[in-house]
Amino acid sequence: MTIAQIIFIIIAAASLGAAFMVVSSRNLIHSALWLIVALAGIAIVFVFLQAPFLAVVQVVVYIGAISILLIFAIMLTRKVASDSGPKFNENWIWGLVLSIILFIGFVYLLYTWPGISTPIEPLASRADPLRELGVALVSPNGYVLAFELASILLLAALIGAIYIAWERK
Amino acid sequence: MIPLSWYLIFSAALFCVGLFGVLGRRNAIAILMGVELMLNAVNVNLVAFWRYITPDSISGQVFAVIVFAVAAAEVAVGLALIISIYRRRESIVAEQMDLMKW
Repeated sequence: MTIAQIIFIIIAAASLGAAFMVVSSRNLIHSALWLIVALAGIAIVFVFLQAPFLAVVQVVVYIGAISILLIFAIMLTRKVASDSGPKFNENWIWGLVLSIILFIGFVYLLYTWPGISTPIEPLASRADPLRELGVALVSPNGYVLAFELASILLLAALIGAIYIAWERK
Repeated sequence: MIPLSWYLIFSAALFCVGLFGVLGRRNAIAILMGVELMLNAVNVNLVAFWRYITPDSISGQVFAVIVFAVAAAEVAVGLALIISIYRRRESIVAEQMDLMKW
């Protein structure tokens, strides 16, 4: 077992543990802080996968923006942040069973798929994934339509969010 | 090096934890956090497949970037809805949001 594998196992275990805390912590602020830990672990996984741009986007967008937005929302609904009622609904046991069955199904499906043991190949030395990504996002032969649609979606969602959360007198 | 299966099992486990959060929690913000975990698991999958199966075409990373944008839009609208519901009903417990239940 190499050093990289040991580090990956530690990061993955920490990330999964933090994810468990997110769904099982009673105090929502604690949930949000554990969510930041889980997202940071995923950013490190992106670094392992040689996608440094996505790791940076993960830190900026998820940890920097979405987590802070979630914490703001938790504080705006403060009275129920640590509500006295049960934290799970009455059907949570079925959710747990379904999740475990789904996980077993995923693992079974993975190991019946012949591509599971595809070895990793080094990226071509002169290829620059970041440059390729940038060109692909704005070139007409690439994904410019999806890129523009995503920007319109973001704009519409933000205007809609302002409208929905507007306090009417 | 790290085999592909480790990444896939990690993301499958993360997805199932998020799914449990979505199905089991009562608080609407906690449900949104579960959705965030599921979207992140999908992103790990996309990038792992890009790196191992099609490293020559960048489409896996492009897909992950689009998922980031959609996740940001989703959480903005979701939190706006939750804050609006909290103003009207003083509660963000998911099972009490039953105004449109037949």
